[in-house]
Amino acid sequence: MTEQPILQVKNMNKQFGTGCVNCLDHPEYLEKNYCPTCGTVYACRAINLEVFEGEILGIVGESGSGKSTLMQTLYFDQAVTSGEYYLDKYKSGQVNLYEAGVYQQKEVRNMLLGMVYQNPMLGLRMKFSSIANIAEKMIAANHRNVGEMTERGQELLDKVNIPIFRAKEAPQNFSGGMQQRVQIAKALSNKPPVLLLDEVTTGLDLSVQADVLDLIKTIQRDLKISMIVVSHDLSVIRMLADRTMVMYNGEVIEEGLTDQVLEDPQHAYTQQLVYSLL
Amino acid sequence: MGYVAVKGGQEAIAESNKRLEYLRIQSGRTLDVADIQASMKPLIDQVMSESSLYDEELAALAVKQAGGSMEEAVFLLRAHRSTLPRLYYTTTTDTKNMAVERRVSSSFKDIPGGQILGTALDFTQRFLDFDLFNEAPSDLCEKRATFEEEPVPESNLDLRQLTKVIDYLEEVGLYQRPAMDNTEPDDITKKSIQFPASRSQRLQSLTRGQTGAVTSLGYAEIRGFGVAVHPNIGELRIGELPLYVQMDQEDNEEDEYYLGAITVTEVEGFIPVDVVNEAGQTTQDFAIGYGFTFGQNETKAIAMSVLDYALEYKDPEYPTANEEFVLLHIDSVESSGFISHLKLPHYVTFQSKLDSMRKMKNKGGDEA
Amino acid sequence: MTTRRNFAFLDENSKKEIRRTILKAIAIPGYQVPFASRELPIARGWGTGGLQVSLSLVGTEDVVKVIDQGSDESVNAVNIKKMITDTTGVTTTVHTDEATLIQSRHRVPEVPLKEGQTLILQVPIPEPLREVEPSEQKTKEMHAHADYSVSWLHLFEQIVKYGQASMHADYPVIVNNRYLMAPSPIPRFDNPKLHQNEGLILLGAGREKKIYAVPPYTNVKSIDFEDYPFERESFVGKACRLTGATDVYLDELKDEETGEAYYLINDQSYMLELLNKQEGVTG
Repeated sequence: MTEQPILQVKNMNKQFGTGCVNCLDHPEYLEKNYCPTCGTVYACRAINLEVFEGEILGIVGESGSGKSTLMQTLYFDQAVTSGEYYLDKYKSGQVNLYEAGVYQQKEVRNMLLGMVYQNPMLGLRMKFSSIANIAEKMIAANHRNVGEMTERGQELLDKVNIPIFRAKEAPQNFSGGMQQRVQIAKALSNKPPVLLLDEVTTGLDLSVQADVLDLIKTIQRDLKISMIVVSHDLSVIRMLADRTMVMYNGEVIEEGLTDQVLEDPQHAYTQQLVYSLL
Repeated sequence: MGYVAVKGGQEAIAESNKRLEYLRIQSGRTLDVADIQASMKPLIDQVMSESSLYDEELAALAVKQAGGSMEEAVFLLRAHRSTLPRLYYTTTTDTKNMAVERRVSSSFKDIPGGQILGTALDFTQRFLDFDLFNEAPSDLCEKRATFEEEPVPESNLDLRQLTKVIDYLEEVGLYQRPAMDNTEPDDITKKSIQFPASRSQRLQSLTRGQTGAVTSLGYAEIRGFGVAVHPNIGELRIGELPLYVQMDQEDNEEDEYYLGAITVTEVEGFIPVDVVNEAGQTTQDFAIGYGFTFGQNETKAIAMSVLDYALEYKDPEYPTANEEFVLLHIDSVESSGFISHLKLPHYVTFQSKLDSMRKMKNKGGDEA
Repeated sequence: MTTRRNFAFLDENSKKEIRRTILKAIAIPGYQVPFASRELPIARGWGTGGLQVSLSLVGTEDVVKVIDQGSDESVNAVNIKKMITDTTGVTTTVHTDEATLIQSRHRVPEVPLKEGQTLILQVPIPEPLREVEPSEQKTKEMHAHADYSVSWLHLFEQIVKYGQASMHADYPVIVNNRYLMAPSPIPRFDNPKLHQNEGLILLGAGREKKIYAVPPYTNVKSIDFEDYPFERESFVGKACRLTGATDVYLDELKDEETGEAYYLINDQSYMLELLNKQEGVTG
């Protein structure tokens, strides 16, 4: 019996630009992923992906590979050019979320997804207290009890190792690593079945990176949340992901169990990546 | 004998209005509306433009009643405009048909018809003229006679048929006119502006804008808080524009009725803009920033053309590209009204705030 | 040059448009309906919205009351009342229960409205989300999607910071379980009066060009949290020096001789009515 994936994307395409006679339907004309004549960028091409309950899917690729764009479409920060997107926990996976109305997308975003951005400015309101930031998601899901939300917020801050006495402080006063941890706490506040993490450790000091990665692993183990982790750093993927997808120039060029991809990379680019791994 | 309200408010207002009138007439001197209309033309033009009502006599009356206050004069005229029934729209006018009084171009040394300086303060020397303290009406008559005796040189230049610079450029292949858009324009005095604003809503808001506000924002835009760095004036033209009205939808052009002519200022500014053609190549063309006012209001029309461009080719980095920021805050009646409303009593809301602040202090600030 | 003025100053077409706007507002409780607000002989920001509503509705049989800060004698109220009577000749009153139309700035009268009465509130900023979001385009979208959690977020943050809500007047409400509405700068004390009111409540913002409404018998609920319920201003331990009344909105004044604070009912005409009733005098 095949298990139903908790999240599924089929044939997703995203282009920036209108395309022209030379490049539309002529992928061979493209240089990397853009058209040298009209400048249209084909950021994601025919992407398929599945995430199963309780697993971590890693997406690795260099900058420009399309992995971040893909993430943004999953969180509805960007619209797609075409494609399908299903969540098992939303109407039994029968609704293509890429084509759903704004109301439905907001509902899904608030109740079923958690997102942690590379840049904390995108995920947090820098001038509001940390505890208010965490409460924001709960309020969006119609919680109306300050005491309960505060308790849950403190619980989460504790889980991400932020001391309670800093709960009333605004994240703009925090270090990069702490800001990421507030984001993680916020993303978890509504107990979403799926957590999206976009380059969350990039730019952080190595020791801080290790802390955050450790935290993510612990959360996953304790809460059994399904995750998609995007990174250009294969060592991060190696540490976290059960399965891995490699993206290059907007396409998925290789996928499989992380161990297998690392031990026996097939595509030339994957090989390059793996061999450069320290 | 019951309790009744003390009628202090009514009395206070009555006395204040009396004093206002007393001060107006105290010196025994006042200006005739005709004097204002004859000798304060720039003031009249500014008032007509900001009130968006073209009537020189009424504008002069408003100036007299307002004692020279621009804010008040525009307020008076706008309120008056509200009472007027809206009967017709004129047919589309073309400034090609303007009887030109003044016309210059910064972009070209020579233009068909030449640079016509006309009436402008631009090249006067700004020394205070103390002789004006002693100017008598008889002096005016003398000066006028002297002027009228001077011979007028011959010219076969027809100022009613002056080629527009933009048409000339199009003829010689230097400018690509965009496709004609015949969508019915919006009228912001009949339907409030909605965002994103249409071009007609934008131009109407700008032309009615307070001269100072429009000028300042245009200045900011070209000085660095914007993209239109050093636009070039393709043509600034001032003159009388004939207006026609069609009484009946069915009528054709021969049945248009001539209403009269109004003096207007028009500015077409050239600013380069990137364009991508079908083959996907990027080149540059000129975009037009458009400025237009009732009366001769050159500074405002030029600033308007700059802002028209800024709001069309929005660069989100700059406040001048934010149409809500620009268009909602340049109206004289609205801005001065809201600012001055702060003088009204607010003691109930103030009391409420005091209550809130006291409660906070009592709680000692500890909480959830 | 003299021109004859139309009844109630505005021309009939303007009145028609404003009435249509009012009907739409009543049909969608709490929703801000845009309208082509006219300039009036009174300055923008000084009540042109409320005035346009009043002038469009007033008829020869109406009895009009105008108040500002609860007082019939406040200079602004007097000015507006004069403009209405100068252009219509209608009867005016200071007694709430005698009026058919009541135009008010910053207060809801203490005497409850009855069916058939209309209260017209003057509004400076009709948009309850404006403090959070300066763009009209964005707030319009937020209303369309009932995307109001940021209002509750602000309240949450205030509770975290101060232990209570810091918003004082113009406290946001949810109308008919759908639209977030700015009730105009009435004190929190007056918010509960809007709920299930027998009278019609109209709100006019002239400069911002919006009209909105709370039809009779509509649910109006101030935003709050389960464990931090909405609180009005408190006058516990305070009473009106002249009438002894307690559960009314009081003005705080200072005794010039003793330097002590004392209180008087803010709603002037209500205070006079109470005083007269206490003295056994009618009218």
